[in-house]
Amino acid sequence: MISVIDYGAGNLFSVCNALRYLNISYEVTKDADAISRADAVILPGVGAFPAAMDSLHETGLVDCIKENAKKKPLLGICLGMQMLFDKSDENGDCAGLSLISGEVHRIPSKKMIIPHMGWNELVITQESPLLAEIETPVYTYFVHSYQAFCDDKHIIAYCDYDGKIPALVTDGAYVFGAQFHPEKSGEKGLQMLRNFERLAK
Amino acid sequence: MLAKRIIPCLDVRHGKVVKGVNFEGVKDVGDPVACAAEYNRQGADEIVFYDIVASHEGRGTFLDVVRETAKQVFVPLTVGGGIASVDDMREALRAGADKISVNSAAVRNPKLISEGAEVFGSQCIVVCIDAKRDGKGGYTVYANGGRIDMKVDLLEWVQEIERRGAGEICLNSIDTDGVRGGFDLEMLNAVCARVRIPVIASGGAGKLSDFATVFEQTDATAALAASLFHFGELTIPQVKADCRSKGILMR
Repeated sequence: MISVIDYGAGNLFSVCNALRYLNISYEVTKDADAISRADAVILPGVGAFPAAMDSLHETGLVDCIKENAKKKPLLGICLGMQMLFDKSDENGDCAGLSLISGEVHRIPSKKMIIPHMGWNELVITQESPLLAEIETPVYTYFVHSYQAFCDDKHIIAYCDYDGKIPALVTDGAYVFGAQFHPEKSGEKGLQMLRNFERLAK
Repeated sequence: MLAKRIIPCLDVRHGKVVKGVNFEGVKDVGDPVACAAEYNRQGADEIVFYDIVASHEGRGTFLDVVRETAKQVFVPLTVGGGIASVDDMREALRAGADKISVNSAAVRNPKLISEGAEVFGSQCIVVCIDAKRDGKGGYTVYANGGRIDMKVDLLEWVQEIERRGAGEICLNSIDTDGVRGGFDLEMLNAVCARVRIPVIASGGAGKLSDFATVFEQTDATAALAASLFHFGELTIPQVKADCRSKGILMR
């Protein structure tokens, strides 16, 4: 059973649609006990960083998520991935979950269109179980204006958008984050969700 | 770098897919959910649904189509037709749309663009334009599926759209739509020169090479077509293979 954290994130339903289509058992929850029982956790997210952190704090789940991230797979998607880092300066400084060290800032390119929106190719720099059975080239669907800045050791794959944007990140243990939307990235995105479920077992 | 996108468009009426040729003479092509799933399988980069009736009574049926599609299609889904308020946008997003396309209502009430962008984010708002040559060297914007001349200059309108925070423009040339002689390169270049936001080319695709041509000769970031794909004359993999062979980045 995968717990999908319910804190009002905009892409909650599309993530659930994908899990249902894949016959992956999941529950949408804001219950700490349910999360503690789950085999894995997904943290969705669309919108602005501080508002999302506020909503997450309101559920009272922040400590629970941090605790569970030490012992079972956690996947943050889009803003959910950004929230795994130490802090963001979107609409003012705001602390994140500090599960992966790094910070979130606006995409620095002056010449590219922001938001970075569309299908971009993953440049894979590290092997990962999340990329099992996925043939290259891997294009995934991105929609975001802010990006993570972190040590290369945390980056499984990045994409190039007049600079390097961490696309798939990890703490090296149980925590994973996807800046793109696997639930909107066609068959290869769905395969990543299948791979994540396998990690949960 | 971002891949160029190939987008099939499904016009939906009473829960069925239709396609008007030059907006006249509508013909049934089938079940929208099945069509969308097939396009997803073929590798469409995005799928667009237009509610061409957009009547109050038919809205529920249309949103059911969107809801069902979102359960089995895992690429971005854009929904348009009859979107006239932020509430309409919210309803479509809740049904599973990722982006909202506004057309006539935005020409009549441009604030709709800024309000939508503010509430849901720029990435959610696509402004679709039906435009035509005005016979004096310029282009004018039409509403209601190309039936009403709004007397709005296209190049001024696209700048206003960008200023109001739209995420993308979908430019449909009435002059080339349904004629199948290729996309309107001239109109697209005129618009791309005026805005920085992505422009989707629509109207006129008739043969395989038209797609590569629009990417080679304009700055359009995506190309949209309907009947060409519905009737199986061309498949999305064929179009992508042709573009790739000409060095165009495709997913």
